This record gives sequence, C-alpha cells and structure tokens, in this order.
Amino acid sequence: MDEILEILEKDGRASVEDIAKMIRKSPDTVKKTIKKYEKEGAILKYKAVINKDLIRDSESSEVRALIEVNIVPQKDLGFDKIAERIYSFPEVTSCYLISGTYDLLVVVEGKNLHTVSNFVAEKLSCLEHVRGTATHFLLKKYKEDGVILKHKQQNQRIAISY
Amino acid sequence: MKISKVVEKMQPSGIRAFFDLVLGMKDVISLGVGEPDFVTPWQIREAGIYSLEQGFTSYTSNKGLYKLRLGIHRYLKNKFGLDYCPDEEILITVGVSEGLDLLMRAIINPGDKILVPQPSYVSYGPITELAGGIPVYIDTSKDGFKITPKLLRKYIDKKTKGIVLNYPTNPTGVSYRRKELEEINKILVSNKVLCISDEVYGDLTYDFNHVAFPTLPKAKNNTIYFNGFSKAYAMTGWRVGFACGPKEIIAAMTKIHQYTIMCVSITSQMAAAEALVSGKKQVEEMKREYKRRREFVISELNSLGLKCQRPQGAFYAFPSVKSTGLSSMEFSRQLLEEEKVAVVPGTAFGTNLDGYIRISYASSLDNLKEALSRIKKFLDKRK
Repeated sequence: MDEILEILEKDGRASVEDIAKMIRKSPDTVKKTIKKYEKEGAILKYKAVINKDLIRDSESSEVRALIEVNIVPQKDLGFDKIAERIYSFPEVTSCYLISGTYDLLVVVEGKNLHTVSNFVAEKLSCLEHVRGTATHFLLKKYKEDGVILKHKQQNQRIAISY
Repeated sequence: MKISKVVEKMQPSGIRAFFDLVLGMKDVISLGVGEPDFVTPWQIREAGIYSLEQGFTSYTSNKGLYKLRLGIHRYLKNKFGLDYCPDEEILITVGVSEGLDLLMRAIINPGDKILVPQPSYVSYGPITELAGGIPVYIDTSKDGFKITPKLLRKYIDKKTKGIVLNYPTNPTGVSYRRKELEEINKILVSNKVLCISDEVYGDLTYDFNHVAFPTLPKAKNNTIYFNGFSKAYAMTGWRVGFACGPKEIIAAMTKIHQYTIMCVSITSQMAAAEALVSGKKQVEEMKREYKRRREFVISELNSLGLKCQRPQGAFYAFPSVKSTGLSSMEFSRQLLEEEKVAVVPGTAFGTNLDGYIRISYASSLDNLKEALSRIKKFLDKRK
C-alpha cells in the first residue's frame, strides 16, 4: 500500500506538509496523490473514532446489534440485490456477506433496544427473500477498528537514557 | 573503605548531574530516551506470561535455552546466510551489554588496547578499563562520524587487540555499506585485530540492507557478533541479547557468564524465542514508523538551522548546535530549563563532540512536533 495511505489510515488528520516531510516528497505531489485517491474512491472519507461510552448526553447513547441474516439468493443476482435493499436502510452501519450458517452479517445501530428490535421485526425480517435472522445485542465494546477503548497506561520509560 | 582506582575514575563528570536534573523535572518532553516508545508486541508478552503460567520458573542452561539458540541460528541463517552452531557458537546474555563485558574480560590481558571510534555508546571504554585494557578513542567527527581505513591504520599497533564497531551507531545513526566494511575488514584481518561488532540496531536500517560483519570475507573467525531483542522488538526491559563467534571465545565468555550471571531469566528467554517466531511483521511496521519520523525530524532540524546528516539507522539524530554558539551542555541545560525539552549532550558520547546533541526520535510524531516547535521558540529567542 502506498505510504501516504498507510499514514492517513492511522491518522486522518496528518497534514499534507507533514506527510511530505515524512516520505520525502514535495507537498504538491502528496496533495495531488491524495486528491487522486479521493477521486477514485480509494479514500472514502475522514472521520474521528469516538468512544461514545465517555459521552454522557442522552442524544448519543446508542444500542448496537449484530444480526445474522439468512437469505434466499435470487437468480442471476445472487446476494447482491437483497444486500443492497438491506444496507440502504440508514439504521444499518455495516453489512457483510459471510461464509457459514448465515449469509449476511448486518450491524444495526439504534437509540435503544426497542428501536433496534422494531427495525428487525418490522423492516428486516419482512423483506422478501429473508428467511431468518438471529440478533445479538452488543453488551460491551473492548476494541473497535484496531483501537482499544480502555484508556491505556502510558509506557513508563525513564526520561533520559543512553 | 576505599573503592578501586579503576572504578573511581570511571564516571564521566557533568552528564550525570544533567541526567539527574532531567529526572527531577515534571512534564518534560523527552527526546533523550535510548529505547523504543512502543511496548513489546502482545504475542511476545503473552508468551512470557504463558511460560509463567506453565511453571517455567527455573534456571536454564548457562548458554541459554536451546530453543532460543536454535531460533537465533535460524534467524542468522535466513537473514545473512550465517551459520553459527547453536551448541558452541551462540551465547544468550543479559542484553548486548553483558555480552560485551564478558568478551572484554575473556580476551583482554593487562595493557591490551581496544579501539573505540567516537562518538560511541557509553559502555565500551569503561568495560575495557574494568577488564584491565586500554581503550583508545578514535575521533571520527571530521570523517562524517565514520571509521575510515586511514584512521584505522593510524591507530592500530602491536598492542591492539580489538575494535568495537557499532552500526547503525548510537548516537549518530551512521551505518556502513558492504564496500566500506570490506575495506575495514581487510585491515582488521591482516593485523589480527578482533572485530567486536555491536549490531543491536541492525534491524533498524532504513536505506539499504544491513550487512552483518561476519559475512565479510574471512571475517567470521575474527569477529564476535552481538545482537539483541531490545531495540528491534521493543524489548529493552526483558534484557536479552546474544553473542556469536568462534567457539573458543564463546566458551571463554560462557565460563565468566556461568560464574556471574548463571543464565538469563527464563521468562525473558521464552518471550525472545517467540519474538523470533512471530515478531518479524511488527519489527517491519515499527521500522517504517521510525523511518517516517526520521525524515520528519531531519527535515525540521535542518530547516531550523541545526545541521544534521541523515542517519541511516537506529532512532537517533545527531545535529550540530554550533550555530547557536552554545556548548552541548549549555544548549541542553537551557533547552530543558526554558522549554522543558530533554536531549542528550553530544559530549556524553566522547571527546571532541562539543557542539552536538543527540535527539531520539523514538517518540510519537505529536511529541516530536511539539518538541521541535519548542526548539524553534528556543532558537528564535536567541536570534
């Protein structure tokens, strides 16, 4: 992978100037390359990873469920068409085709248990071609997108050494 | 009670006081650290924990766990094509530091000379003296901090027993390409001067492949190769290093080792064995990260007017602060007091190094940025 992408994947806020210094290219080249990736869709968006457990307003509280969905594939279209119908719901934050007993793994977020259950009962399960679902509510998040959510202790190095 | 004369004259003067000053201060951004800012990769730590759970709490053989020696044998074979026998030619030591001390004691007779190109890591001279030898310091500051054939010829005489090479070098990050090493090796072999090769930063070489000294023609029988897990695997606190060389020398070192240390902690050895099995990818990742920081730091330092050559390995930059008119110590002390940034004065690493400081870029990019902006402020005040 291009080093620019590697840097941005770790830190979406890395500035063009800093990246240029780190990889010994001109800021102009870096800027152009990033633009190119954005245009091609290789870079889709920049966002912050937020630990919502630490945010105490009621607005941002959320419930998340992993839902295994069994579907009947459609002739010629396979799973894609039905997947599209599912992932287009704004409640769905991620959607994957998986191997194993189930076909799709759908991640759904909602304000509370009720909204998520409603979504499953009233929207997802009733879709044509959906044969069955199994809903797993998340109880606690430990690690997400490679980030450990617990506040980690700093590496205790002594301040000066040879 | 009087302490021994050798020990009495050992400690270099002002540096200790400066270190104490740093350690007594709060909220310092430190670029003075000689170890990685990463913690040991998890699977390596886990292997240490697991070994404890399983009850591995005994001594190991003096030479070290066979599993680890075999791992080192394979690592050297795969990486450099080097063939060291795990039974007779490899010794596990408490970091490279112990290994070097063992070697000095194993080979030095009173009055033997050991060449030490400077700037250099701080232990080489003192361990030579403790073993009854005479360290002969070679000033390389006019040769881009590299030992050259010319310098070497100038300093070798009949009493010269060995030379300590350390590349990539702490504190400069300088390293050597094969051709340069071949020329050095020729001189060492023909003069029967032992090469004491401290290659602990070898895996952190950025611009070309690291050349292990014993891979050079006729060098293997004339070299003790030292390496360890501290730097590349971020395992400084585990204290595991190793020495490889001709079996007579390794046997002599093992003799001292068995009386003084017995063996390296079994937990650490177990973890190190795991590092060799599964740590390669993480070493590569850390190396790429260091490389980026290097580029960033070098570019910033030079643009601040602190001239600095590009280090080829390790995680140090060794800029000149001569443009400020301050000595190494004054610069470091004032920078610490005014801006709370800690660096190591170049004079810690040898004579004739006044006007240099060592900056470690084993620190997060955010820290480096903040420290460099403070250095800029410090310099602007003096314009």
